[in-house]
Amino acid sequence: MAAGETMFRIVGLSHYYNEGQENQVAALADINLEIKRGEFVTIIGTNGSGKSTLAKHLNALLLPSKGRVLVKDMDTRDAAKLWEIRQTVGMVFQNPDNQIVATTVEEDVAFGPENLGIPPAEIRRRVDEALAVVDMAEYKQAAPHLLSGGQKQRIAIAGVIAMRPECIVLDEPTAMLDPSGREEVMATVLKLNREEGITVVHITHYMEEAVWSDRILVMDAGRIVLAGKPREIFSRVEEIKAIGLDVPQVTDLAARLQRDGHPLPAGILTVEEMVKELCQLG
Amino acid sequence: MLKDITIGQYVPGDSIIHRLDPRTKILAAIIFIFALFIVTDLAGYIVMTLFSVVIILLSQIPARFVLRGLKPLYYILAFTILLNFFLTPGRVIWSWWFLRLTQEGIRQGLFMGWRLLLLVLTTSLLTLTSSPIALTDGIERLLNPFRRIGVPAHELAMMMTIALRFIPTLLEETDKIMKAQMARGADFDTGNIIQRARGMVPLLVPLFISAFRRADELAMAMEARCYRGGEGRTRLKQLEMARRDYLALALMAAILAFAVGERLWL
Amino acid sequence: MSIRIEKLTHIYMPNTPMEALALEDVSLEIEDGEFVGLIGQTGSGKSTLIQHFNGLLKPTSGKVIVDGLDLADKDTSLKEVRRRVGLVFQYPEHQLFEETVFADIAFGPRNMGLGGEELEERVREAMEMVGLDYATLKDRSPFELSGGQMRRVAMAGVLAMKPKTLVLDEPTAGLDPRGRDDILQQIKELHQRFGMTVVLVSHSMEDVARLVDRLLVMHRGKLVLAGTTREVFAQADYLRQLGLGIPQVTELARRLREHYDSMRVDILTIEEAHQAISAFLGQKRGKVHA
Repeated sequence: MAAGETMFRIVGLSHYYNEGQENQVAALADINLEIKRGEFVTIIGTNGSGKSTLAKHLNALLLPSKGRVLVKDMDTRDAAKLWEIRQTVGMVFQNPDNQIVATTVEEDVAFGPENLGIPPAEIRRRVDEALAVVDMAEYKQAAPHLLSGGQKQRIAIAGVIAMRPECIVLDEPTAMLDPSGREEVMATVLKLNREEGITVVHITHYMEEAVWSDRILVMDAGRIVLAGKPREIFSRVEEIKAIGLDVPQVTDLAARLQRDGHPLPAGILTVEEMVKELCQLG
Repeated sequence: MLKDITIGQYVPGDSIIHRLDPRTKILAAIIFIFALFIVTDLAGYIVMTLFSVVIILLSQIPARFVLRGLKPLYYILAFTILLNFFLTPGRVIWSWWFLRLTQEGIRQGLFMGWRLLLLVLTTSLLTLTSSPIALTDGIERLLNPFRRIGVPAHELAMMMTIALRFIPTLLEETDKIMKAQMARGADFDTGNIIQRARGMVPLLVPLFISAFRRADELAMAMEARCYRGGEGRTRLKQLEMARRDYLALALMAAILAFAVGERLWL
Repeated sequence: MSIRIEKLTHIYMPNTPMEALALEDVSLEIEDGEFVGLIGQTGSGKSTLIQHFNGLLKPTSGKVIVDGLDLADKDTSLKEVRRRVGLVFQYPEHQLFEETVFADIAFGPRNMGLGGEELEERVREAMEMVGLDYATLKDRSPFELSGGQMRRVAMAGVLAMKPKTLVLDEPTAGLDPRGRDDILQQIKELHQRFGMTVVLVSHSMEDVARLVDRLLVMHRGKLVLAGTTREVFAQADYLRQLGLGIPQVTELARRLREHYDSMRVDILTIEEAHQAISAFLGQKRGKVHA
């Protein structure tokens, strides 16, 4: 793989909380991972599996206890590259309320570009563009606390894309949202990846949200225990359930029917597929 | 619901006063306060009053909003007037027990009350016609030249912005925690002061924990968006002084000159 | 009858520019021992409605009657009503404040005037009901527990008041699948083993489909649909109009029915779907071979 094609290269990454103290906890243990430019990677795992800790290593909010994290060949431990790394890799967090800084939508989206020292006219252009991408242009004067959860997360995403990152890491952006909010956010993320070519690392514990990704990584106890295309991962229903995760109902149902001896293909993901396969059976 | 309380008292509009640069308005308010304390006689007060009436009319803010700002001041106003009435030495015109009403006292009291009234009415126009963000920006930029002597202009403004942003969120949270504790039989309304203060613990502890958690997460989110203090930062909205701003400031200078002149030569 | 609501209307901030109609003419009844689900989009009035169940909000008009007690009646003690109707808010762990798990759970019963052995017994029972070990956890600080455990402590804090009816506002929000399943299992047991009346507010159609007996559907402040779970999920098109969905397996059954008349459509769980589809595949194969 050519160097220019690689977004992240993670080598032997371990992370300990309370390092050197009695209550030292290993949150990540020897992670090796490469993520390509333009890829849509979903990381799933239960609470405490280390997925958020991993995410925070991707833009140097946390630094490795052992091993290295390279962002486009920049080492996250290199203090001189810190701001370039953070501008390259934007981050959206779980709680929509706790990442919005300003009192109006457009001022908040401008926050990142302002920090980068971009000239005002250019900030204006980027803010308008970013709000259009997340479909929130009409709310630019609104007060953030009056928006819905899904809208707030879209504002947070706009705030990141206004910084023109090459990659967005979303750390459980849907965990606190209702189903329609989750849909809004997922549609936005998918659009960024497909239309704007932005590399996406999406962290969640909703398996359904992983359906559209290029690759799924399943984490458990600080390690990556499964990795592969959605269809491969979804066909391993038993292993996924054993970790404490869930699969969509049809995937579960297909696995049960398979076990009964019905010849269904592995890793059925949607109702449509299931209907098609069942109609061909018999 | 608590979250519906509006922060500040900004009344959006498009009057000439609304359109003035926030820096102009802040400076004008300060100059006006000086002038108000310099004038001493009736003529001076009349000029100041005329000025106030004119800018209130120009601002197109409904009178009830302007007057609402006076509400919390009724007692202070009455107290100030009475204090001056009875405690100013001079020619006694009426006395009872230890109270002596003097002619000078009446004059002083009325002028003092008048001054206070003008002060509040006019300065409240500042918050009525400028959004909290505009004011924050204005303060930051006015203080900027003083950074060299250690005034943390950017940090102050950032703190104000974050406070404004989080007040509604925390109010909503307060409402929720109160209800959750009431569902467990908590009582926030009855008992003596000590009982009530103790009753606040189940509200305040969760509220502080939540505020700290929010602060922590917000700090991380800001860092992730490359925040590193005011150095090298640009702003989306540039404040620009227009011709009207210079005119307004010139007018204020004239008012101040009038007040000083009146005090010295009349 | 446990809770009866008659023509309830609630307006937030009446007579101000912020006036908002949150509930409009809602009437419903919840019987003793029922397991009821309450669904609807965010902002449909669910939270406002359940806050009327224990008098945290007062109706703008209409009546709320709990166990025969009219909440508007001056003689009705709201404390007593709140003891009978336990309300667990969303993210209830955010209300924890005491130094120990014991003290936090004891807050409710203490407010009722309980103390001594009786109090201890209450706390112990409540912890058992949510699957927390009394001996090992009672002296721990609630703030050093895991997210799922903190949530149980908060639930125990409500259960310690021995409510007859338990109302839970999205008790699984923010939990991972295992945490979610554990909490739902506990709630199911509260209903089955302890005979509690349960009202579950949820966004997950899959969860309510496999748990509750009856569903109430809210939309823009109105109660638009009420009936058994099967009846409600039979109205898939209407639910979709309201911005709600139906469980994936119910959807699957409906789609199969378009191709095969013999397919059952009133499917609510994976188990039911498994059974129905097995039967149907057997039939199909039988026909081919015949």
